[in-house]
Amino acid sequence: MPKWFQPTTLLCAALFAISPFVIANAPYESTMGLVQKVFYYHMPSAWVFLTASVVCGIASARFLATGDARHDRTALAAAEMAVLFGLLTLVTGPLWARKAWGTWWIWDARITSSLVGWMIAWAYLILRQYGGPGSEKLSAGLALFGMANVPFIYVSVNYWRTIHPATTVVPKLPFEMGFPLLFCLAAFYLLMFLLMKLRTHVAEQQARLDAIYLSLDEQA
Amino acid sequence: MLRAIWLIVRKDLTVEVRSRELAYTTLFFAVSCVLVFAFSLVQEGRAAEGVGAGVLWMAIMFAGNLALGRTFERERQSETLRALMLVPAPRPAVYLGKLTGIVFLLALTEAVLVPLVALLFESALLSHPFWLAAVVATGTVGFAAVGTLFAAMLVRARSRDVLLPVLLYPITVPVLIAGVRATVAIAQPEFEVDVVRFWLMLLIAFDVVFITLALWTFEPVMTD
Repeated sequence: MPKWFQPTTLLCAALFAISPFVIANAPYESTMGLVQKVFYYHMPSAWVFLTASVVCGIASARFLATGDARHDRTALAAAEMAVLFGLLTLVTGPLWARKAWGTWWIWDARITSSLVGWMIAWAYLILRQYGGPGSEKLSAGLALFGMANVPFIYVSVNYWRTIHPATTVVPKLPFEMGFPLLFCLAAFYLLMFLLMKLRTHVAEQQARLDAIYLSLDEQA
Repeated sequence: MLRAIWLIVRKDLTVEVRSRELAYTTLFFAVSCVLVFAFSLVQEGRAAEGVGAGVLWMAIMFAGNLALGRTFERERQSETLRALMLVPAPRPAVYLGKLTGIVFLLALTEAVLVPLVALLFESALLSHPFWLAAVVATGTVGFAAVGTLFAAMLVRARSRDVLLPVLLYPITVPVLIAGVRATVAIAQPEFEVDVVRFWLMLLIAFDVVFITLALWTFEPVMTD
């Protein structure tokens, strides 16, 4: 691993350790009160989930076009991030919604497309796990289709009225609420970056080990 | 290109006419699906309001999954998959040929399913037959376009029978939503043409995007 990995990990851990205090110091939202604080973890995990899905789709397209295994390892790591942070998003969302909207789940466009996108990321990992040899190309095809699918899911579900707050809310936040949000965003993105780096590193080592085994077999 | 597509379709149809395996199994499965839904959803002799459209699309998607898995499994079992891949025609032609065959088979199944669902669920599906035909046709093409690619990709994978629905259903969610919504709008007493047209446009856009993507990905994923 590169030299900067360990200090950056410590920094990330520190950010997460401090984040509860930063969030606790943020002012209460006028109507939702305490429960609104879920937002400081909900939105960053949703953004990381979205970023990871896009990274997975682009890396898969590049892997299909060039056949370079590096892009495949990036796509795999990103898919795992998408499943992990997607789960966080889908758990924190209903916790907040129960108090804010009075219901655990609604079939809103953004929520439904997140759920389906998360399922596609999961299907990607299932395919890689159980598809046998050659499944990396198949899963790359799936990731590409999954990425192209998101706008269709969004439009089709948007037919029902939506009550999910729009992203235009974010730039209008007062500084006391905007700072904790940016703080958590930085922590989440740093965590995603570190985990992806670690995961691609493991995959690289695996590929090298496989290559060594193969060359030993040839010699024997 | 067109000739190659036609030859593949004709080959599949010839195999099918001789064995009638896919047509019979798919049709029988689709009808049993509708019966299962009827037994679970029809209570005290009456179906719940507006479930007909949902039942129709669920039956199409379940039966479609069965047929998709089978058409490529057949190529593998008779060891003709390699021959199919060696066809001196561009790979997309093979894809389009297979897709046409599947759509044709599903159209046959739907010809039985639609009246059956309309009858058992007392749904006014056939009040606007041309709109319904357009919605069902575009929906089937969209579902089969994704399904044909995935079934072809999975033909050499392990545990392909389980993986096909796992991959196929999340991706085809928009087809299901648009198909069901459009069919519900068609079956309603007051026919809203704008609603049907909106969903139909969405289905057409889905078909165009996904067939283009499939044509592009078929070559790299089917090459060893």
